[in-house]
Amino acid sequence: MVDGMLGSAVQLLTPEGERVADEDYDISLSNAELKGLYRDMVLVRRLDSEATALQRQGELGLWASSLGQEAAQVGSGRSLLPGDYAFPTYRDHGVTWSRGVPPLEVLAMFRGVSTGGWDPIALRCAIYTIVIGNQALHAVGYGMGAQLDGSSEAVIGYFGDGATDEGDVNEAFVFAADFNAPVVFFCQNNQWAISSPRERKNPAPLYERAAGFGFPGVRVDGNDILAVMAVTRAALERARSGGGPTLVEAYTYRMAAHTTSDDPTRYRHAEELEIWRLRDPIERLKVFLARQGIADRGYFDQIDREAADLAVMIRDGVRSMPEPPAETMFDHVYAEPHEQLERQRRWLVDYESSFTHEVSS
Amino acid sequence: MTVMPDVQVLSFRDAVREGIRDAMRRDERVFLMGEDVGRYGGGFGVSLGLLEEFGEERVRDTPLSESGFVGAGIGAALGGMRPIVEIMTVNFSLLALDQILNTAATLRHMSGGQFNVPLVIRMTTGAGRQLAAQHSHSLEGFYAHIPGLRVVSPATVEDGFGMLATALEDPDPVVIFEHGSLYNEKGELPQPAAPVDIDFARVRRGGDDLTLITHGGSLRLCLTAADQLAADGISAEVIDLRTLRPLDDQTVMASVARTHRAVVVDEGWRSVGMSAEVAARVAEECFYDLDAPVGRVASVEVPIPYPRHLEQAALPSVERVVAAAERAVGRRG
Repeated sequence: MVDGMLGSAVQLLTPEGERVADEDYDISLSNAELKGLYRDMVLVRRLDSEATALQRQGELGLWASSLGQEAAQVGSGRSLLPGDYAFPTYRDHGVTWSRGVPPLEVLAMFRGVSTGGWDPIALRCAIYTIVIGNQALHAVGYGMGAQLDGSSEAVIGYFGDGATDEGDVNEAFVFAADFNAPVVFFCQNNQWAISSPRERKNPAPLYERAAGFGFPGVRVDGNDILAVMAVTRAALERARSGGGPTLVEAYTYRMAAHTTSDDPTRYRHAEELEIWRLRDPIERLKVFLARQGIADRGYFDQIDREAADLAVMIRDGVRSMPEPPAETMFDHVYAEPHEQLERQRRWLVDYESSFTHEVSS
Repeated sequence: MTVMPDVQVLSFRDAVREGIRDAMRRDERVFLMGEDVGRYGGGFGVSLGLLEEFGEERVRDTPLSESGFVGAGIGAALGGMRPIVEIMTVNFSLLALDQILNTAATLRHMSGGQFNVPLVIRMTTGAGRQLAAQHSHSLEGFYAHIPGLRVVSPATVEDGFGMLATALEDPDPVVIFEHGSLYNEKGELPQPAAPVDIDFARVRRGGDDLTLITHGGSLRLCLTAADQLAADGISAEVIDLRTLRPLDDQTVMASVARTHRAVVVDEGWRSVGMSAEVAARVAEECFYDLDAPVGRVASVEVPIPYPRHLEQAALPSVERVVAAAERAVGRRG
């Protein structure tokens, strides 16, 4: 059973939607900002459930669900300034949403017609990294470059609890410490690395690892969007002002399967889900907004209608995505064409055109 | 009146260093990082003096984390910098293989052409220095197998200096293999020293009877072998491939179509390597021009031995190149 002991985690909003104080962190947001965060989380959840359904219908090859992690992803994503840079994982749909990546660009990747074609320069958000933990080093290197440029941007590198066992993440910690890189390592501890339970494998809290590398680590209630924002903003500000790296451990839970190819009932109990359902990130913000009189039923209904519209757009958009012609596989191997590859492209085009009629699929 | 010399004689090591220095002076985005590149001046002394000239920000001694500094190099390149990453020897690059093969080589493709990785990775390659099985690899063919990378193998002082600048201009990741036996070799650098192409093979010695096709540390063997063959009345053309991916077939095929005989010389292991690839292409494209089977001189397929005589016996040598050439022209059975 992994019911998750929050321990010393920073919390500003309890699962019951009650605003509480923390010794070190606080945040003040306007009503419009608070309502915006609620909207973001509801829409990201709808994107997620729609994508899961589309995968079940055979319209997507695979989907990695972000269900339950909306506060961690949106809260950190919305903490970034326009000039900051994000390196997300393949599960961070709330991060790409916050950076303005069009949802269909994300879905094109899971449909298998693109490997991630959004503009990573204009959106200040890298494509999803599929290799576990790989991007932690890219975040550090990007930050080192920014430092050399004399720029004051901060970089955030996302990864999960499983990735903290990878060499690359540990090397990223070493590098960031050595070069005082302006990086926030944002670890979503969702308790499960596919079937490996984090705390049963190794009960040492992840955020405490940072101390050994020589920079601060902090655990935050990852289902509390206010706490996530307060902690992430502080870590980003520290990075921008030359204070160096911070490890943020957002303590959360993967409510769905690892991906649609996984069946979590084989390795975890339903009771565990019940415990975490009571800590739902959207519900607690909704209760808070209602109790404070910041939003009413009319607002919540309006967001639900927006979510329904988003779902329609996603369904139609995914089903009508064009399939790229075969020869486009040669397009982005190198910046400049070269003969070796051009010869193979010509061969393929000739071969395909040698068929006299269309083969129906 | 003082006449400026039109060539400068210097070692391959000094030429590579001058190439780095020149690039760093011309472009502020260029920086060097790797193990011991700063205070120590590099495992092979290539970067001696650069820390003093450019400071710690641009000549960075890194932690002993190969995946770390290659990955950080990728990140810096994505952000618009032009990092030169030095991996002390090719075997250490295996620790960074995921970052090189799975990330640097694929990001352009994975991002639909939106991202590119203008990263230059330099590493020392090759055997012959009694460093035993774990520090003597020639994995050029292995890296040349990977789409998305450009792989170059300078064999001369001019290329040691000039390939680096061109590699830094390349929008894609470039891996430069520097054969360890070349560092002390002296050669001529034309003045003013300038960037050179990283696209084409070059004929290093003209000849009519057969074509020796090689690169990097094996070029010297082939030139010496060609001298000996000439004394015996055999005229060997020597081609330096220079860039191993993408390969310049044209120069090779034009030569073989004329000489009708080819021997490929590569320090990598024989099977499934660089020599196999070149031999296969010659067979594909020049089959009807050939008067003899394509010959190969490569390393025998054992972990590179430690004792000097065994190591020498495992590697290509002048004698073996001569023998293979004689076989190709029918002087041996």
